[in-house]
Amino acid sequence: MTVDINFIGLIIASIMASSVPLILASCGELITERSGVLNLGVEGMMIIGAISGFALMTVTGNLFLAVIGAMLAGVLISTIFAFLTQTLITNHVATGLALTIFGIGISAMIGKNFVGIPGKEFPVLFGGLKDSIPFLSPILFGHSVVFYFAFALPFITNYFLKKTKIGLIVRAVGDSPDSASNQGINVRLVRYLCILYGGAMCGLAGAYLSMIYTPQWIENMTGGRGWIALALVVFSTWNPIKILIGAMIFGGLTIIQFHMQAIGVRIPVQFLTALPYIVTIIVLVVISRDSRKIRLSTPSSLGKSFYKDN
Amino acid sequence: MHKIFIRSLVSSLVFLFTLTVSAVAKDVKAAFVYIGPTGDHGWTYQHDVGRKAVEAAGFKTTYVEGVPESADAERVLRQLANSGHDVIFTTSFGYMNPTNKVAKEFPNVKFEHATGYKREHPNVSTYAARFYEGRTILGTIAGSMTKSNVIGYVASFPIPEVIRGINSFTLAAQKVNPNIKTKIVWAFTWYDPGKEAEAAKALIDQGADIIAQHTDSTAIVQIAEKAGIFAFGQASDMDKFAPKAVLTSVENNWGPYYVDRVKAVANGTWNQKDTWHGIGDGMVVISDLDSAIPADVRAKVNQLEKDLASGKVHSFTGPIYDQKGNLMVAEGKTADDGMLAGMMTYVKGVEGDIPK
Repeated sequence: MTVDINFIGLIIASIMASSVPLILASCGELITERSGVLNLGVEGMMIIGAISGFALMTVTGNLFLAVIGAMLAGVLISTIFAFLTQTLITNHVATGLALTIFGIGISAMIGKNFVGIPGKEFPVLFGGLKDSIPFLSPILFGHSVVFYFAFALPFITNYFLKKTKIGLIVRAVGDSPDSASNQGINVRLVRYLCILYGGAMCGLAGAYLSMIYTPQWIENMTGGRGWIALALVVFSTWNPIKILIGAMIFGGLTIIQFHMQAIGVRIPVQFLTALPYIVTIIVLVVISRDSRKIRLSTPSSLGKSFYKDN
Repeated sequence: MHKIFIRSLVSSLVFLFTLTVSAVAKDVKAAFVYIGPTGDHGWTYQHDVGRKAVEAAGFKTTYVEGVPESADAERVLRQLANSGHDVIFTTSFGYMNPTNKVAKEFPNVKFEHATGYKREHPNVSTYAARFYEGRTILGTIAGSMTKSNVIGYVASFPIPEVIRGINSFTLAAQKVNPNIKTKIVWAFTWYDPGKEAEAAKALIDQGADIIAQHTDSTAIVQIAEKAGIFAFGQASDMDKFAPKAVLTSVENNWGPYYVDRVKAVANGTWNQKDTWHGIGDGMVVISDLDSAIPADVRAKVNQLEKDLASGKVHSFTGPIYDQKGNLMVAEGKTADDGMLAGMMTYVKGVEGDIPK
């Protein structure tokens, strides 16, 4: 194989495209978890987003409407979770798991009529500049608007949590809901909003899969990416920048292992297939090994219900 | 873990539902057990198309989807047999032992197991399709049309069915173009559009200008369409997903067999047999050839399809050598069904090792 700089650019672009749904879902879940709520329904919300986006695209033909609709569908299904865990004070873990099961089931039911229908071409930005600069062009140009948004999101999330007042409120609610409540913050409302935001991002992640990445609907098409997104949040120790790194490593190794197979590298394929999971966890554990920082960034009340009546 | 849990939960719910649906019984009733969801647009989807053909022929049918190949399968089979079904089609290799076990308990119910080889009781038949014949046609087209001489092949799992497909594809391609290389990438999934797309992209980046697949989703042909190269559809006609890229598809056509067998049960003429049908019997169907295929290749392919159907040409005609150069099939001979059924070695010309 000749090492061609454009070839490497193409591979990096593929890696980035494959990590988009992980980044979106993880960054959404990160905000939810930072407010002290553990929502294990990521996979369910993603699949609901995937079918909603695809169905709206097929029925209305309007891509913008479909993307917004997918996000709203994510919001809608996470409202159920929010109502159960915040208003009825149910257990976060059990409710989240139920949400995933519910999402997979209902998406399959809605999706029955959409199997075997080809998706629409999603418009790309700067498509004309695709060949202008060697190496950089495939990375920078010719992607969907969701792609650019996904790569801005970790930085926006980081800024939001660290530099804005609302970000501070979210962290306060997650770290010590009692003190936050005593300060006059409506803990339940903040958590509601964070859950809905997480739902919107997971919906968008699902829509990216069914509308942009592989434009089609088939059952279970998220293929466990929601669980990987959940794991990324934990192993990145609730740090959006590390989520970006983790998602890139995961996406990268998935693609590079296919390249290694195609080149004919003599490593057992099963090992190559497991590689993304192993390496992503190792890298994230290593870069997050400072236990003081972990304590600082872990939402102390994660998964605990807040009982106080306002 | 979660997935298994969800799967079994969903399947038991669906199962309860189908039981209530099937409570009103009359005439011959057929049941179908599926490994995946009918919405996979691949393996299970095609079986369900076959089931609908049975329904259209005037018989009552029920199905249970997403049944794991475990003790769950036995339970589902027992329930179906208990609830008045006369014939039960089990449509995945892993149902082989459960099917035979339950068949022993219900001698009056007929069992039809797809892709297996065990017929331990007189009420168990097996059936499968010679998909490799279709892959001989794909290989011929690929070998004739590649410019880079690199053909990509996205494979699912290292089982004889898949290895046989790779071999028959490669043998056919080499016959028309001795310089071609088949690059194989194992995705270790039957359908995960994202992963299949990534595998296809890697092959394209490595210089493949035609991609074949032995996974079920349409992601690969869509990636090929975007990259401006050619591909082949799997299980169903995938042309509408990638009108420019798809040269043809190998379709699984179970309907005629299913109707035939259910009718046999109704007439009392059902007997145990082992069916392995190919192009000739219409169980394997080649979709319309794309206009991008040049006239001479088209003529050759049409002739080949006829010859495969009539048995004049066999996909595995000697001399065939394995990767190490050992003779597998002698000159003038063809591989017998026993060899085909257990094929776990690559033929010469395939790159890489079979994952163990």
